[in-house]
Amino acid sequence: MSALDTYFRLGETVTLGSHTFGAEEIKAFARKFDPQPFHVDETAARGSLFGKLCASGWHTAAMWMKYNLLNREDATDRPWEGPGPRPEFGPSPGFEKLKWLKPVYVGETVTFTRRAIAHRALASRPGWRVLTVACEAFDSTGDKVLEFESAVLVRTG
Amino acid sequence: MSAKKWAFEDFVPGLKIDLGERHVTAQEIVEFADEFDAQPMHLVEEAGRASLLGGLAASGWHTCAMLMRMLCDSMLLDSTSQGAPGIDTLRWRKPVLAGDTLTGTCTVLSTRTSSSRPGLGLVTVRYELFNQRGELVLEMQHTGMFLARGAAA
Repeated sequence: MSALDTYFRLGETVTLGSHTFGAEEIKAFARKFDPQPFHVDETAARGSLFGKLCASGWHTAAMWMKYNLLNREDATDRPWEGPGPRPEFGPSPGFEKLKWLKPVYVGETVTFTRRAIAHRALASRPGWRVLTVACEAFDSTGDKVLEFESAVLVRTG
Repeated sequence: MSAKKWAFEDFVPGLKIDLGERHVTAQEIVEFADEFDAQPMHLVEEAGRASLLGGLAASGWHTCAMLMRMLCDSMLLDSTSQGAPGIDTLRWRKPVLAGDTLTGTCTVLSTRTSSSRPGLGLVTVRYELFNQRGELVLEMQHTGMFLARGAAA
């Protein structure tokens, strides 16, 4: 394994932390960004296809990002043993294959994980690489509620 | 019969739905980032300028959330939507900076009826968000589920 493979923990599933989705935060997020009845009102949610207040899928995804950052290599002082400067994280070009597999209901505790899949040089930006990451979230019964494959630019030279 | 404006039958390939307009303030960029994506380029003007993004830039997740709100207000809340199982692809093409005004479109690519749930239809769409200079900042493709008019409660 290269120093970058080791630094990014290639292939290793890293647990990022757990978050319990309370009613107020579910409703506050949804009122701003996703005011569908089943995200903003308990009574309306009971009469909806979900049957209970549940978090916007974008809320769950944004929460993955929060826990990802708290546990990212640059936030946890992970030792850098390679030649050259310590890798620096930049913006993300996007993601794909995102699936909301199960609703995240009010009171549910969700555990977020990350697994670095691969990294490659970015032809258009010398010194930068693209790191692809498998992102997942599970509820308290162990069911997967969210998965997607993300990418992030990293300056390595 | 549903009183909703938009049901499965209304989505025909090629249809383009206007997503309206949304102004992006520095305050909301920082507020969202502080909660979900606390990286310097989303929190501090100078750090944003020093980054690849070139200014105080919205978290990509914030841009997704803003697209969702634009979609809710322009179509989804007045539709027979049954949610969406996911997103096939999403690309953040250019930074969304403080002071930008976003506009967008939702274009219907294809539709089909569900084989497992009578009365349910699947609509594959492509979203595009543009800034005030007409530059594409976000593109996204996914499939949403809508009840047929006759099947809607």
